Amino acid sequence: MGRLASISAFEEWQVGLKAGLDPSRKLITICGGTGCTAFGARQVREAFEEAIAQRGVGGQVGVKVTGCHGFCEKGPVLVILPEEIFYPSVKAKDAPEILDRTVLGGEVIERLLYVDPATGARVVYNPDVPFYAKQKRGVFRLNGVIDPVSLEDYIAHGGYGALVKAMTEMTPEQVIEEVRQAGLRGRGGAGFPTGVKWDMCRKAPGGEKYLICNADEGDPGAFMDRSLLEGVPHLVIEGMLIAAYATGASRGFVYVRAEYPIAVRHTYATLKQARERGLLGEGILGTSFSFDIEPRIGAGAFVCGEETALIASLEGQRGMPRPRPPFPVQSGYLGKPTNINNVETFANVPLILAEGGEAYASVGTAGSKGTKIFALAGKVNNTGLVEVPMGATIRQVVFDIGGGIPGGKSFKAVQMGGPSGGCVPAEFLDLPIDYDSLKQVGAIMGSGGLIVLDEETCMVELARYFLEFTQNESCGKCTPCRVGTKQMLAILERMTNGQGRPGDVEELERLGRTVKATSLCGLGQTAPNPALSTIRYFREEYDAHVLRHECPAGVCRSMLHYVIDPEHCVGCELCTKACPTHGISGELKEVHVIDQSRCIHCGGCRDACRSGAVKGVSLAEMEAFMERLATMEPAKTWRSEKKAKGERAKAKG
Amino acid sequence: MVELASADIAPALKILDEMGRPGRGDTIPILQRLQETYGYLPREVVFEVSRITGIPASQFFGVATFYEQFHFEPRGRHLVRCCRGTACHVRGGLKVITAAEKALGIKEQETTEDRLFTLETVACLGTCALAPVVVIDDTYHGQMTPSRVDRALRRIIQEES
Repeated sequence: MGRLASISAFEEWQVGLKAGLDPSRKLITICGGTGCTAFGARQVREAFEEAIAQRGVGGQVGVKVTGCHGFCEKGPVLVILPEEIFYPSVKAKDAPEILDRTVLGGEVIERLLYVDPATGARVVYNPDVPFYAKQKRGVFRLNGVIDPVSLEDYIAHGGYGALVKAMTEMTPEQVIEEVRQAGLRGRGGAGFPTGVKWDMCRKAPGGEKYLICNADEGDPGAFMDRSLLEGVPHLVIEGMLIAAYATGASRGFVYVRAEYPIAVRHTYATLKQARERGLLGEGILGTSFSFDIEPRIGAGAFVCGEETALIASLEGQRGMPRPRPPFPVQSGYLGKPTNINNVETFANVPLILAEGGEAYASVGTAGSKGTKIFALAGKVNNTGLVEVPMGATIRQVVFDIGGGIPGGKSFKAVQMGGPSGGCVPAEFLDLPIDYDSLKQVGAIMGSGGLIVLDEETCMVELARYFLEFTQNESCGKCTPCRVGTKQMLAILERMTNGQGRPGDVEELERLGRTVKATSLCGLGQTAPNPALSTIRYFREEYDAHVLRHECPAGVCRSMLHYVIDPEHCVGCELCTKACPTHGISGELKEVHVIDQSRCIHCGGCRDACRSGAVKGVSLAEMEAFMERLATMEPAKTWRSEKKAKGERAKAKG
Repeated sequence: MVELASADIAPALKILDEMGRPGRGDTIPILQRLQETYGYLPREVVFEVSRITGIPASQFFGVATFYEQFHFEPRGRHLVRCCRGTACHVRGGLKVITAAEKALGIKEQETTEDRLFTLETVACLGTCALAPVVVIDDTYHGQMTPSRVDRALRRIIQEES
């Protein structure tokens, strides 16, 4: 079968494909996203295929590698259809047993089930896992269900239906109106209304127009765009086709990061399939509508996430932004009107057309509609991708879905929006997440990266980390960003090195405000946010660094004084060997002591210690500790340790 | 005139041939394909490509020095990429990078003298569940610690000697 020559040919094919779906078929679906692949999903798939071949049951049981399920923490994740039995963290050696007992035998293997850490209960079915049960999956609904690189599978699940609806039942203006009614706002960061942008592009004078899908997902800690291109690339392409129909664009680009090899591969494969079937290229489905897409691989520059820099990169230039206006919708790629949207924005479009703008807008808050995918990472139990309605609270995302903080630590803040965003402290846990409320507290929606921080995160050091990142990625075109971020970084480095001076915090704030107000592009305009928002909510931590030269979180090494707790020291000599100045004394199996006069604060002893005996404390705490230690008899502290060990052994025996 | 060194130009010609008539807008794809073939960007080849395509050499070098992907020196046989994304950072990624530097005796973005290893840091690999992540020759190593990265690298050094 070749190109589909008409709309009716497509519809006929779709009916056939839908009829071919057998919901009762035994199917082992394995997540093939980057996370699960890194955990060994390929080996699991091979083990299943081998086991199926050995038993000769290929006719009854299928294996399908799907896109990302989102629950990256528990990879590789496995869902067995039709029952939807969920097995997390599967190993290749479990495959034969799963095939025999669960798939063929219909029996659930207790040992492999997911255990809800909150209740300790085992969960059998995929939809009942709390991580999934509390999400609302719209954009993600096919992720983890279909084979990402099968056009047939996508169409059988209703794919390209929205495009056909737009082409047959609606004028381009009506499509734009529908998107406007839906209240869709750009998912890449700034939250500009998509319908308005499309309308501007459509009305811009000029014959040739361009469409760009921004998949240069550079925010560290955000990976939803990667997951969408890996798992449902056709959904993104369909969204682009609808946008092209609405805006009148004839050529398009997908600009995808080179660091995402699976996403790159799937993008290429998808475009080829769509072109072969006549869903892309000249005369789509036999109509007069023509549109083609060229994939481009990003060459590694964070600033290319900014739309004018991205266009410069597509034109073969250094990826430097230029002043706006004119906006890309007026003068973009090669000076032609160009509409740029983010991956997730495009992925929302087919949904809007399928269910209607009004229905779409019924989810969310007053100013932010629909759902948003967040990348949950950092100090949280369930790392992964989470899709929730706009307006869900941070508490719901971090605790109900994310499962809270590991190791019994306490929640300190969430960092939202990456290097352009800010930290939201615990007092705003019940804040509904939408574009406007986040802006008010000094963070931004950004692309949806959500990094959870616990008590062991130093906010000054975190601000330093982000400034180092933006300073490094600053393209150097405009002075405020090039010089300003460098100065801000210098101050933050001084603070974290224990050389902070009174007035540094005020200086940092002043600089930050200037860089924000005067930088050319979004990178510079938002670069100070991590510093400014942490000063706003964690001022006392800054003061501790600057005025007392202390790091309350115990992170900034040069300000820490290291002591060995005799209660926990097992006398293993790991720290004595690690110390570069030979400043730790103590024989094997005896409590070790650090000679403070020789300590160079490198922290090597703490990294080496496996029993948690080496602690980083403030100067005052260290002095108090040394005083206490001096009054103790060394032999006695050791004996008490040995005694405790003996008792433990007895209790075990 | 630019002197042509011994670097083989034939693969570059083949690339240009396959790309049709590449123009200025194709600067980045050309460089990407050259690097894919040669493993790095040999200066002589870039000059020759500039001569054939008519795209100024200054544009090629300007672009190649702007983006992190491109390099003008041959790389090590093993590529070690440490993630410095936020999730990796808050879970101790910096210590892992330092340990890798120590084990290999080079700094980030450098290649060992015997051309065995190149150490890179990457903004974010998007596999935050595995934080901190180190990718050695396309194999992802998750939840790394200084001692685990040290062991992994020493194993390769041992295998190679």
